[in-house]
Amino acid sequence: MVEGNGEAEQRDLFRGALEMMILQSLRRQPMHGYALVQEIQQRSEDLLRVEEGSLYPALQRMLKAGLVEAEWKLSATKRRVRTYRITRNGTKHLEREVSKFTRMLEGITRVLAPGES
Amino acid sequence: MNWVKRIFARRRLDQELSEEMRGHVEELIEELVGQGMPRNEATAAARKRFGNLTLIQEDCREVWQWAVVDNLLLQVKLAGRRLWNSPGFAAAATLTLALGIGANVVVFSVLNALLLRPLDAPHPENVYLANHFVKEQPGWTAQSYRDYLDFRDRQQGFQGLAAYGFIRVGLSAGNSTIKSWGHSATGNYFDVLELQPATGRFFHASDEHGPGSAPFIVLSYDFWRRQFGQDPNVIGKTIELNRHPLTVIGVAPEGFHGIDPLFWPDYWLPMMGADEVTGSDDRPYRDHYFVMVFGRLKPGMTPQLANDDLNRIAMQMAKEDRKDDGLASRVVAPGFAGDANSPVKKGLLGMMLLAVLVLVAACSNLASIFAVRTGDRSGELAVRMAIGSSYWCILRELLIEALLVSLAGGLVGTLVANVLLRGLTHWPLYGDLPVHLLLAPDTRVYLIALALSVVSGLLFGLLPARKVWRTDPIQAIKSGALEVPSFRRFALRDLLLCVQIAVCTLLVTASLVAAMGIRRSLRVPLGFDAQGITLAMTDLGMAGYSGEAAVAVDKRLLEEAQHIPGVSAAAITDYVPLQGNGAAWFVYPEQTTEFLPSHMAFPAMTYLVSPGYFQAAGTRLLAGRDVSWHDDHTTPNVAIVNETFARKLFGSTSVVGRRFALWATARYEIAGVVQDGKYGSLDEPAQPAMFLPLAQGVGGVMSPSVALLVRSTLPPSQVMPELRRIATAVEPRAPFVLESWDDQVDRAMLVARAAATVLGIMGVLAAMLAITGIFGMASHSVSRRMREQGIRIALGAQRLQLMRSTLGRPLALFGMGLLLGLVLGWFTSQLLEHLVSFATPREPLVLIEAIVAMVVVEVVATVIPARRVLSADAAQLLREL
Repeated sequence: MVEGNGEAEQRDLFRGALEMMILQSLRRQPMHGYALVQEIQQRSEDLLRVEEGSLYPALQRMLKAGLVEAEWKLSATKRRVRTYRITRNGTKHLEREVSKFTRMLEGITRVLAPGES
Repeated sequence: MNWVKRIFARRRLDQELSEEMRGHVEELIEELVGQGMPRNEATAAARKRFGNLTLIQEDCREVWQWAVVDNLLLQVKLAGRRLWNSPGFAAAATLTLALGIGANVVVFSVLNALLLRPLDAPHPENVYLANHFVKEQPGWTAQSYRDYLDFRDRQQGFQGLAAYGFIRVGLSAGNSTIKSWGHSATGNYFDVLELQPATGRFFHASDEHGPGSAPFIVLSYDFWRRQFGQDPNVIGKTIELNRHPLTVIGVAPEGFHGIDPLFWPDYWLPMMGADEVTGSDDRPYRDHYFVMVFGRLKPGMTPQLANDDLNRIAMQMAKEDRKDDGLASRVVAPGFAGDANSPVKKGLLGMMLLAVLVLVAACSNLASIFAVRTGDRSGELAVRMAIGSSYWCILRELLIEALLVSLAGGLVGTLVANVLLRGLTHWPLYGDLPVHLLLAPDTRVYLIALALSVVSGLLFGLLPARKVWRTDPIQAIKSGALEVPSFRRFALRDLLLCVQIAVCTLLVTASLVAAMGIRRSLRVPLGFDAQGITLAMTDLGMAGYSGEAAVAVDKRLLEEAQHIPGVSAAAITDYVPLQGNGAAWFVYPEQTTEFLPSHMAFPAMTYLVSPGYFQAAGTRLLAGRDVSWHDDHTTPNVAIVNETFARKLFGSTSVVGRRFALWATARYEIAGVVQDGKYGSLDEPAQPAMFLPLAQGVGGVMSPSVALLVRSTLPPSQVMPELRRIATAVEPRAPFVLESWDDQVDRAMLVARAAATVLGIMGVLAAMLAITGIFGMASHSVSRRMREQGIRIALGAQRLQLMRSTLGRPLALFGMGLLLGLVLGWFTSQLLEHLVSFATPREPLVLIEAIVAMVVVEVVATVIPARRVLSADAAQLLREL
C-alpha cells in the first residue's frame, strides 16, 4: 500500500500557512478555487503562488473540518463554479491560528536577529 | 451520523470535485488565451501549470478517507464472491449458524419476555410486591385485605401501598354475555403506579366512600380494542358484570396489563364495589387471603429497609390480633425475576445455557471448516505474504469472510426465530385464563442476535487465523501448504473436536432426559380418567344465581345430561383438576379451639362435588362411601378426603368416621377416602385434597362455579352439540365453555412438552454438528496419511493396524469428549431438574442411552473414512507417490 504521500505536499508552503491565507481571503469575500489562487498571488504581490495540487486537498480538508462551506454559483464570467465561504468555526480557527503564528514568527525573528552579545 | 451520509454521497462528491477542477483548468486556459497565447498552446500550458489532475484528485479523496471505505467494500465484495463460488460450503455454514443463533434468539426472547421486560409503568424499578404470609406455602402470595389495610396505614417505606384481587365474572355489553377476567383494585392502584389513562379517567382513593359508592370500571386497552373497536364514546357507557351495572370511566394505557407477568385482565373495578358484583365479600376476614399488595418505594428507600419496616409492623399486628400470629413480610420485585427460587427462572437460565452451548458447538465446527479452507488457500496466501502483503491484510480478509457468513446466519436465524415466536405468542397456556406471553422480539433481542453473530463470526474466523499468524512464508511456498507441523501432541483442531463432542454429549443427554421425562409424565397417575369425558363449564354467578338457587340449577343440568344418548355417567364439580384454578381451604385438627392460621395443619385443595363424581371421573374410592343428595344443610357435614390428606392429618388411611374442622362452625366427619391425584400441575408433589357435597358447600359457602362432566362412549365432537343444547335450555343467560377433558390435560403438559421439544431439537442439532465434525476430522486424517498407508500396506501391515493409525486419534478424542460430556451432564443435572420433571441425567438408563446415542453418532461419522482405509489399494497409492 502506498501511504503517507501527504508529506510531499509541503514543497513551498507549510500546511497551516496555506490554510490561514485561504481562510483570510475567504473572510474578505466568498470565492472559488481559481479566484483564490489569483487573490493570494495578487495580495502577496507575486511573491507567493499557490499550487493547485496543494489548494484543492487543503480546501477538502477544511470542508471536512467544517471551517468552510461550498456552494455552486455562477461566477462573474458566467461560469458555474464552486464558491467557498468561511463558517463561524472557520473564523474562530483563523483567529486562533493567526495569533499562534504571529507569536511563533516573533519568536523566530528574535532568534534569527543578529546577536548583540 | 455525518460520515455515513458522506459514504453514500461519495460518488456525487467525487464528480463535483472533478467538475470543479476542470473548471479551474478552463479558466486558466481562458486567461492565457486572453493574454494572446494560441488556444492549443494555452491548453498545454494550463495543464502543465495545474499539475497531475488525477493525483490531485486522489489526494483530495484521501482527505475524505474514501480509500478505506472503498477498500473495505471491495474486500466484502471479494469475500462474497468467494462464498458464492462455494455455495455448498456457504449454505452449510450459514445454516449451521442460523440454527445456533435461531435457538438462542428463541430462548432469549422467552427469557426477555418473562424475566427482563419491565412493568409497563413509569419508573418500574421502584415498584415492589409486598408479600406477607403466616405459614409460607410455595406459590402462595395472596394475603388478607385487613392485613393490607394495617400495613398500608402504618408503613413508612413506600409512597403508597395498593392491592388488587382477581375476579372472574360474566360480562354483558349489549345482549351477549361472555366470561371475562379482571382485577378488583384499591382506589390508589393507578396512582401508586403513576399511570395516565389512554382516555377518560381512573378511579382514585377519593372515590371510595363505602360500599356501592364507586360503580365504576376501567377497561384494559386490549379489551377496549377487542370489544369496542377503540371507540372513544365508550366512556360513560354501562357494562354489566354478573348483571350488575357499572359505568365505564376510562381506558388503561396501551400495553399495561397489571403487575403479573402473564395475566392480561380485561378491566379493573374498585375493590369497594367488587363484592356486589361477585356476590361474596372476603374483605372482613383476616384469614381470607385473596389480595396481592404492591407499592412504590420512597426515594432513597431500599427494598430491604422497607421490608424491615413491614416486618416490624407485622410483629405489632400479631400482638393485636392472634390471627396474625407468625405474620411475616417479604418485599420482592414483581414477576419471575423477583422470585429467587422460581423454577421458571432457573429453567429458562438452564435452557439459555444449553442454547449457548449449541452455538459454541456450531462455532467450533465452523472454526474447523474455516481452518481447512485456510489450509487449502495456503499457497495463495503464502505468495501474497511473500510479496509484501501484511498479516493484518490477510487476517482482515479472513475475518470479513467469517463475519459475512455469521451475519447471514444470524439474519436467517433471527427471521426463522421471529416466525416461530409469533406462533408461540398465540399459544393457549391455561384454559380460559387470559394468559399471554408477549414474545415479539424487541430491540434488545435484535441486539443480542447481532452480538451473537459478530462474536461467533470473530470466534470461528480468528481461530484459523492463528495459523496464518504463525506461518513462515518461505516454508509455506516451499511446501505449498500452511500445514502446522502434524503429530503435535494436541492441536487446536483436536481441542475443538473434543469440545464439540462434549457439548454434543451434554445436549444429547439433556434431550434424552427430556424425552424420558415426557414418557413418564404420560404415565403419571392423574387420579382420574380424562379419556371420554366432555366438560361444560360456567359460572352461575354470571347469570345472577347464588347459594341454594345454584344447586337447583346443578340438579336440573345433571338430570338433563344423563339423558343424552351414549352418556354412561354424569356429575358436577365446581372446579376441574389441572385446569389452572380451584380453591384451597385451611384444614385444622378436630380439637382446635383457636382457629388461627398459625395453628392450621395444611391448606387442602377443595372441590364441591355431586354424587357420582368419583364414578364419572374414574377416581377410585378406597374406603367409605360417596356423597349423596341427602348430604345437605340439614345433615351433619361430611367430606371425602384423599390419601395424602388422611396421611398428613392422621398418619393413616383408615380414617372413615374421623373428624376435622375448617373453622369453628364448619366441622367435618370423613365419609370416604379416595386415591391421590394431580390437581394443580402434573409434577406437583402429592397434595392433600378434599371433596365436599355440593349441597353442603364449604361450611355453607356455595360456589357459583360449575363444571358438568359427561362420560360418553361417543367422541366429544358428537357429545358437545347435545351438551350445548341442554346447557342453553337449562340456563340461557350463563356462558358455557365446552371442552374435552383430555384437551385440558394436554394443555397442562404444554409447557413441559414445549421444553422437551426444544431440548430434543437442540440434541438433534448437536448430534448433527458432532457427526459432521467427527467426519471432517476423520476424513482429513485419512486423506493426509493415505500415501503413508500405501507404504504400510506394501510392507504388510494388517487392516487393524491401519485403522488404528488413521482413526486412533479421532477415536481417542471422541472418548475424551464423551467422558467430559457425561461428567458435565452429571454436574448440570440440577439445571435440568427445573426443565424436566420425572427424570434426571443421573439415572443409569439415561447414561446408557446417552453413551449408545453418541457411539451411534461416532460410527455414522467414521464409517466412510474407515471404508476408505480398508479399501485402499497399495499398488495404486504407491504409484501416486
